[in-house]
Amino acid sequence: MLPESASIEGEHDDNLFDITFWLIGVVQFIMQFLIFYFTFKYRGSKDRKAKFYADSHKLEFIWTVTPAIVLVVLIGYGLWQWNNVMDLSDSEDPVIIEVYSQQFNWKARYAGADNTLGTGNVNFIKGMNTMGVDMSDKNAADDKQVTELYLPKGRKVHFRFRSQDVLHSAYMPHFRAQMNCVPGMVTQFGFTPKYTTQEMRDLPEVIEKSIGINKIRRAKGEELYIFDYLLLCNKICGASHYNMQMKITVVEEDEFDEWLSLQPTLTEVIK
Amino acid sequence: MSEHHHKETFVTKYIFSQDHKMISKQFLVTGMFMGIIAVLMSMLFRLQLAWPDTSFSIVEAFLGSHQTDGIMDPDIYLALVTIHGTIMVFFVLTAGLSGTFSNLLIPLQIGARDMASGFLNMISYWLFFLSSTVMLISLFVEAGPASAGWTVYPPLSALPQAIPGSGMGMTLWLVSMAIFIASSLIGALNYIVTVLNLRTKGMTMTRLPLTIWAFFVTAIIGVVSFPVLLSASLLLIFDRSFGTSFYLSDIFISGEVLHYQGGSPVLFEHLFWFLGHPEVYIVLLPALGITSEIISTNSRKPIFGYRAMIGSILAIAFLSTIVWGHHMFISGMNPFLGSVFTFTTLLIAIPSAVKAFNYVTTLWKGNLQLNPAMLFSIGLVSTFVTGGLTGLVLGDSALDIAIHDTYFVVAHFHLVMGVSAIFGMYAGIYHWFPKMYGKMMNKTLGYWHFWITIICAYGVFWPMHFIGLAGLPRRYYTNTNFPMFNDLADINVVITLFALVGGIGQIFFIANFFISIYRGEKATQNPWKSNTLEWTTPVEHIHGNWPGKLPEVHRWAYDYSKRVDADDDDSDYLHGKDFVLQTTPLLEGEEPS
Repeated sequence: MLPESASIEGEHDDNLFDITFWLIGVVQFIMQFLIFYFTFKYRGSKDRKAKFYADSHKLEFIWTVTPAIVLVVLIGYGLWQWNNVMDLSDSEDPVIIEVYSQQFNWKARYAGADNTLGTGNVNFIKGMNTMGVDMSDKNAADDKQVTELYLPKGRKVHFRFRSQDVLHSAYMPHFRAQMNCVPGMVTQFGFTPKYTTQEMRDLPEVIEKSIGINKIRRAKGEELYIFDYLLLCNKICGASHYNMQMKITVVEEDEFDEWLSLQPTLTEVIK
Repeated sequence: MSEHHHKETFVTKYIFSQDHKMISKQFLVTGMFMGIIAVLMSMLFRLQLAWPDTSFSIVEAFLGSHQTDGIMDPDIYLALVTIHGTIMVFFVLTAGLSGTFSNLLIPLQIGARDMASGFLNMISYWLFFLSSTVMLISLFVEAGPASAGWTVYPPLSALPQAIPGSGMGMTLWLVSMAIFIASSLIGALNYIVTVLNLRTKGMTMTRLPLTIWAFFVTAIIGVVSFPVLLSASLLLIFDRSFGTSFYLSDIFISGEVLHYQGGSPVLFEHLFWFLGHPEVYIVLLPALGITSEIISTNSRKPIFGYRAMIGSILAIAFLSTIVWGHHMFISGMNPFLGSVFTFTTLLIAIPSAVKAFNYVTTLWKGNLQLNPAMLFSIGLVSTFVTGGLTGLVLGDSALDIAIHDTYFVVAHFHLVMGVSAIFGMYAGIYHWFPKMYGKMMNKTLGYWHFWITIICAYGVFWPMHFIGLAGLPRRYYTNTNFPMFNDLADINVVITLFALVGGIGQIFFIANFFISIYRGEKATQNPWKSNTLEWTTPVEHIHGNWPGKLPEVHRWAYDYSKRVDADDDDSDYLHGKDFVLQTTPLLEGEEPS
């Protein structure tokens, strides 16, 4: 039902999606068929006599217990997967990135060589220090602030989300990832990218989708579309909510390291 | 009461009336008026979504300074969806639905002369009227009405710097809601007291029609959950106007750090959804109650599994108060809480499934009188199933993170609570119009109304599932800034066309309603050959409902097509006809059903 998952954790999501959609699809078909078939078949006439049929404990038992059993399975699988996705404790050497939101743009901060983020607070926002990082925190010195996300393929990424004004929501649909950014607290989420941006562009379903989109764009004389991962805002946040996005690029790990090494540290930028 | 007639003036009869039948009509007409406004708003923002770059003179005419050359401004788009949601959920489907039918039917179906307190009932309506007025006034303030979404999450709703609608518009929104909640609580207490105390002789709880069970339980849910929204609103008012920090902390906006420290928006989300989720059932249960009654009457069969239906209403009511967190899986709350709420949420599928199966079984081997009320009731079962099933996706936290706040959610809740509850309301109006106005509504117009409405409802909301799965967020003013959504543009046009036709199609109903009041065919006392007590009152309304003594009840409400020989479907009807009024004593040797 969904486009291909671009995160490894999202694969189980897709399984669960498939199971759930098959189930509700079948039930939907049967129920709608019965509703309309019975309505047609038993439509009123002078000769018809309705059957006096007030209850049946057996039937009611069946249709209480059957959904209950099915739900136990769905709930079980769902909770197992939820635990998988939300538990960030067991990953080794994750990339730690802070995603920072404000009306109406995104920024990001990489934890640098020590892989630990310096703390932040709105009171530190001043001049170049647009994310309010506490520069007296020694962990902050080597942090790197960027406006586009680069992620390494195959390595777990831990996101910490902050907001400086209203609620935002970091929505990365391709990765089956979403988490609110809440002023006054740090929220978190994590996943492991499965395909580089280039590999995604080469997937048949993505190629097909791009061709369709470009047919429309060509007709309007607009610039052609090339697939990119995106981070969108998905919590109403003000007038330009509809245009609050950040590009995400997934690359091989060596390329990622190279890119990161080229970014200036906060100490270099803020001074 | 009927013994001591007061002299009625125009004012006491039509305006400050304490008669539940008149108050019911007042709720209905006010609710319809608010509904028309909310539907017009949805048509405006659907125009924007389908043709974001096109200039419309209608937009220019309606939105005044909130548009540029016939294209609406982004913040007024958000205001329109906010007010559309607020009005539909609270003013139409809570007050319009419960206010109309609880008021009309509770006294009439339990055999009471009026509500326990006619005076409070009148106050309830006038508070509703006042809150509607305040909400409508908020549409005209300079910076525009509240625009933080109908859920009004702070800090967006708390800070005018964040969005213009969070200035005076939001203040009026909160004032309106506080008055609304007072109205709703007074009404609900009245319904509960009336059902518990004023049932006529023989009307035991297990002989109550399912409508009354639904209204009764709805009122209880309201009393449990609405005060929490009132508290949430009050704290928000404090934060906005008196500088407290219940929901706000660490905010930097418009170039300065605000003084708020230590609050959390997540607290507001908890408080809001503690009402917000039960609210879904406050909206839906009365519609299901109405449907149970109408499907049984028009199938000429008892409702299947009467006690299971009561049980599932109670189970839904109980569960509805412990599932609110499923709106907050990605709010940043502890994931363990997410697990608990997934568990409780998916459990609601069980009583909901029981209800759906019981409706279908009631249709089975019936003698279906497919009048407009019946069609809308069957339509409700259809949309309730369609919308309810996708709840299994959204209620599952692991899946919700992928499609939370996309159009999939919009499709889900519109079908399961919006369209279903509206269908229940329409069904109720077609069915009880003869009781309310002593006239019959036109059937042909009713059929047109039904078919246009159900086709357009599915035409609007079915495709939304797919654009949601494709990842399109809701509450986007336009999605042209995302090339990845370009291929959804055509679907948006289709949805808008259905929305426009469906919206305009409601004229069939409005016209039918008002013309029938004046020109409709005169109603007979029991036009649908129904068992319940309201059809034993005279067609002309009188204060106190029954001219003589109150009726006495001898049986449940669902003895339709009862046979002489219970095991032989070909045997004669036990009472010589296919319905038996609740006032009919048991025949000698007759088993109560």
